[in-house]
Amino acid sequence: MSKDHSPDQFLPENEGGQSHSDARRTFLKQSSILTALALTPTAAIKAAELKFEEKVAAVFEKVNITLDINGKKQKLAVEPRTTLLDLLREQLNLTGTKKGCDYGQCGACTVHVDGQRVLSCLTLAAMADGKDITTIEGLANGDKLHPMQEAFIKHDGFQCGYCTPGQIMSAVACIREGHADSDEEIREYMSGNLCRCGAYPNIVNAIKEVKNGGHKV
Amino acid sequence: MRQQPCNPSHFMKEYFFQDNMGKPMDRVDGRLKVTGSAKYSAEFELPNMSHGVLVGSTITKGRIKSIDTKAAERAPGVLAVLHYQNSPKVPGYVQAAHPTEPKPIGQPHRVFYDEQVYFNDQPIAIVVADTLERARYAARLVKAQYEEEKHATSFPKHQGKAFLPTAAQRNPKHGLNDYVRGKADAYKGENLKIESEYVIPSEMHNPMELQSIIAHWEAPDRLTVYDKTQAVIGSQNAFAREWKIPVENVKVIATFVGGAFGNGLHTWPHETAAIIAAKKVNRPVKLMLTREQMFTMVGYRPFAWQKVGMSATPDGKITAITHEAIGQTSSYEEFTESTLQQTRMMYTSPNVTTRYRILPLDVSTPIWMRGPGEATGAFALESAMDEMAHVLKMDPLEFRLKNHTDRDPERDRPWSTKFLKEAMLMGAEKIGWNKRQLQPGSLRNGDWLVGYGMGVGTFGAHRNRASAKATMFADGRVVIQSATTDIGPGTGTVMVQIAADALGISPDKIIFELGSSLFPPAPSQGGSATVASVGSAVRDACIALKKKLASLTTGNADSGFRNVKYEDLTFQNGQISLTSSPGTKLSYTDVLKQQKLPEIEVTEESRPSNEERQKYSMYSFSVHFAEVQVHQLTGQVKVTKVVTCADAGKIVNKKTAGNQMIGGAVGGIGMALTEGAVIDDRFGRYVTKDFAEYHIPVHADTPDIDVVFVDKPDFINNAMGTKGIGEIAIIGVAPAITNAIFNATGKRINELPVTPDKLI
Repeated sequence: MSKDHSPDQFLPENEGGQSHSDARRTFLKQSSILTALALTPTAAIKAAELKFEEKVAAVFEKVNITLDINGKKQKLAVEPRTTLLDLLREQLNLTGTKKGCDYGQCGACTVHVDGQRVLSCLTLAAMADGKDITTIEGLANGDKLHPMQEAFIKHDGFQCGYCTPGQIMSAVACIREGHADSDEEIREYMSGNLCRCGAYPNIVNAIKEVKNGGHKV
Repeated sequence: MRQQPCNPSHFMKEYFFQDNMGKPMDRVDGRLKVTGSAKYSAEFELPNMSHGVLVGSTITKGRIKSIDTKAAERAPGVLAVLHYQNSPKVPGYVQAAHPTEPKPIGQPHRVFYDEQVYFNDQPIAIVVADTLERARYAARLVKAQYEEEKHATSFPKHQGKAFLPTAAQRNPKHGLNDYVRGKADAYKGENLKIESEYVIPSEMHNPMELQSIIAHWEAPDRLTVYDKTQAVIGSQNAFAREWKIPVENVKVIATFVGGAFGNGLHTWPHETAAIIAAKKVNRPVKLMLTREQMFTMVGYRPFAWQKVGMSATPDGKITAITHEAIGQTSSYEEFTESTLQQTRMMYTSPNVTTRYRILPLDVSTPIWMRGPGEATGAFALESAMDEMAHVLKMDPLEFRLKNHTDRDPERDRPWSTKFLKEAMLMGAEKIGWNKRQLQPGSLRNGDWLVGYGMGVGTFGAHRNRASAKATMFADGRVVIQSATTDIGPGTGTVMVQIAADALGISPDKIIFELGSSLFPPAPSQGGSATVASVGSAVRDACIALKKKLASLTTGNADSGFRNVKYEDLTFQNGQISLTSSPGTKLSYTDVLKQQKLPEIEVTEESRPSNEERQKYSMYSFSVHFAEVQVHQLTGQVKVTKVVTCADAGKIVNKKTAGNQMIGGAVGGIGMALTEGAVIDDRFGRYVTKDFAEYHIPVHADTPDIDVVFVDKPDFINNAMGTKGIGEIAIIGVAPAITNAIFNATGKRINELPVTPDKLI
């Protein structure tokens, strides 16, 4: 666009001429076509019809990773630019992790990576290779809810429910980190998780109850 | 359709011998929400899904000269790049009426209709690809050239061009016309008076869930959308009109809505863009706005300028109020709201003048945001009340009590119910109002100045036509359906409570289903009217179900109830019994089993009795008290305590209703202290376009908040005695805080938000 003020205009792919990534793509396309030509003509035509070269290029551009998600090991091929959030939501149908801003400003996408709370929108999926991911879907023990989930229901720590998975993942980590010793401390260490419905006091009460209940979180 | 008579003893029997209404029941959908199983609009899985990303205009006004989509079209995975030149035509565009009530003059923005640009970041193209990443990348490759025109986005600069809304110009009886009670502008001739101007910036709803839609043409004339909307029926009608297909061919699903606060009360360009794209690529298209686009495409609380003049007698009787307001709108739709309503009816003043104007700018159209208009107006009125009390050297609570009115002075009618005075006294007690000093700056805590303030709010107690279907199964389960939504207040939960009491069965036997246009029609979830409207329909459906059970029983020779009248039966604990002889009883499930019926069902429509309602003025009332501390050196404001009180009829669920009140108070803290959307007028573009720049309150901004309910039923509004609370929860909160800041510091800041720079 003629007046694009977005920071992405500074990325090499948006500069004039062929960028690095385009060059790589062209190379991959060409080499796959060469491979196709080595096959029988029918196969080559068929391959072209199916956008074979596109598919080959797509495969080469992906990164193979292994993630342990909610206790299940998964081997995945992801584009390097795919965020952990989009991987969870768009490819694995784990939609409990929410997208609220994509800039790490709202906390709705909070998950645990190796036990630490992490903003999955600011985490490339490829960066999580080999790590253990826990999402809201993996917090309960089968049908038995995690004490924090129970406490959120009891104290009505939500209204619309959209920020809730992030609040709960953050709340569990907040206690684990030892940052839930007073109302003020909870408020401070939970301030990265926004709730537009404004259920904050109820969330604080839920966290206090879990903390004071001596539950293992 | 049936009308329930307004006979309190009847309601006593129906309701208050049961015990679910009023209980702080946990939310019925709580488990789904805490486990991540609740499905919001972008979270449905459909085969062959594709992803749409919008490209926005980079100018504010003008026309698109050319649009280059070649690079985007060549990008991997791209299925289509659509814009005004190649978009499938939307057959309903030309005649398009406004999709939901009310009807502003003009018409909603027609996406991809022509080359005109009306506001910055207006969607000019949509890129559809097989993955989100590919669509997002390709959207960056679309280039447009513009012929730019001079734009107007600065409200203060163009304020002089404001005018009376066209609807009022056309109809002298329209409520937006100037209002005069007694003598116009009578305050001007008085001795004891104040006159002040107030400014609130545009505020963004910013629900946590980004506006999202999945559009799916199941056949060329059959559309299904999973949509973030507060009105599944409203959206269904809008899309049917837009595409000129039968209403029944459009299905709108909004099972869960991740907050909305009003921005789901209108259909927006991105929705039509996704539907256009789905038509073109013949696949489902998922479109989720970015947070930046939430500032430019889905409405906001409009920038407003106000002026209040007020006069009073030395002993504190208001003699005159004049309240003027100008609200911002877009160049293509006249958006209006009831900014001045509270001033007309809240206090006893014999002379009241109100004047409302709108100012079209080159911006997108606003839409009601929580406490629409009234929250804006209450900021000015309740600030002025505080200023007047200060001039009179009077306690602001005493001043309000002195001007309290037991009859609506605007329409000269009795209130249906009003317990605002009680609410004021309860709240004052709870905040410790007696600690407040008349002289500002008198209280301190170290470096912090301490102050107390209050603000009153009101909103019409509305009720609309709604319907519900209730099905009782032979195993005793009851499923109730209505095409309402639950944007967070706990609609599903309170409907279950209402149904449990109306039917005399346990809430855990009842499932309430909402958020689908396939269910019986219900109005949009707006204007704090859902419990009164949909609750009445649910209650009527449950009563009809009981009557059906009764007719099955009393017509049956073996039942022991033969020829007994409905009125002589008691329905409790899942059993029908003879009121005169409780030992004669039969369970609901046995009724169905005896008749070999797998289920019975009823559908009921419930309407308010307008004739009865015309005799009264019906409002919910609220009063909010705030304690603040202001740092003397830095100007930092800490709200240290809020007490928020509602006179809103019978409270069905104190847990969810209390949460709503808390949420309103938090919203009011944002309005008072942190929120303001700022346009750089050189470019017409928002500089506050994410949560780093536009500050909604966070945990650390939120103090202890005490909620007080008067909890007295209003049976004139409906048979359950309820009134709305969603709006009054925020109306009057911002002035409570700014008045407390004045009490702490002696500084009166009438331009929101009150950021520290304004206090040092």
